Amino acid sequence: MKKIIHKAYWNPDKEQQWINELAAKGLSLSDYSWCRYVFEETEPGKYIYQIELLEKGAGSPESELYLHFLEDAKVEVVATYMRWAFLRKKASDGPFAIYSDCDSKIRYLNRVKSFWIFFVIFELLIGLSNIGIGFFNLYYLRLEDFHSFPWMNLIGGALCAGIGIVFFFTLLRPVYLQIRKIRKENTLYD
Amino acid sequence: MPESSERGSLTEAVYYILLSLYQPMHGYGIMQTVGEWSRGRVILGAGTLYGALNTLLEKNWIQTVAVAGDSRKKEYVITEIGKQQIEDELLRLDERLTNGRRVTGGDKG
Repeated sequence: MKKIIHKAYWNPDKEQQWINELAAKGLSLSDYSWCRYVFEETEPGKYIYQIELLEKGAGSPESELYLHFLEDAKVEVVATYMRWAFLRKKASDGPFAIYSDCDSKIRYLNRVKSFWIFFVIFELLIGLSNIGIGFFNLYYLRLEDFHSFPWMNLIGGALCAGIGIVFFFTLLRPVYLQIRKIRKENTLYD
Repeated sequence: MPESSERGSLTEAVYYILLSLYQPMHGYGIMQTVGEWSRGRVILGAGTLYGALNTLLEKNWIQTVAVAGDSRKKEYVITEIGKQQIEDELLRLDERLTNGRRVTGGDKG
């Protein structure tokens, strides 16, 4: 039996947690396309899922080589979406971690960090420049009498800047803290 | 950059990956072998192994071997340079072990 759930996640950690919770109950993700999750009924806890940010788009030759390597290593590639890959492994094959040592974990987290930095800066740039344009038009050009463009700049700009700030605190900062924690805990080990 | 024994120890993952490749092996084989040798203590993540293999290939410590019948499946094997790294590492490990046993008194017998 298939079950389709439409849902939008922008935090991949929460998304992964949700997918694993459903898998534990016997609903295993079998496909994904934009905001559309396809689940199959399986025995509860059959699979463990991981979402990974690939170095390049899933269709690139580099990523294809990597995904093929994963398949050979008994990691199933359930679906890919842009740079994201939905991976699963049978729980009976033992624990599922894509990265098993500090170096590679930190290298991966740095990749995720750069990905979110781009979005945060992009949103803040658009947001703040619109707020600036809005204020300039309102106070220097006194455009408020003519039309409502300054207000649209201000509201749109505040929205974008707000998204940038939310992204910073919910996506970028946790990754940064995670990297710091791993570095700190492992100064005594290889 | 010259590779000399003056550089630090190999990481545990790199050490075991190199050691397993005295026999040509594919990725999953390396994970299983290392898992067995370390009695389940060192479980290599597939992403970690992939990154390490690519770095080792770049350094020419290992090379790929063509697998008959399957052009997509790759096997890896250690090179002479790689074997030298293992030899150097064994000297370092031997030194650590000897000193450790001497100081803790475990080398009386």
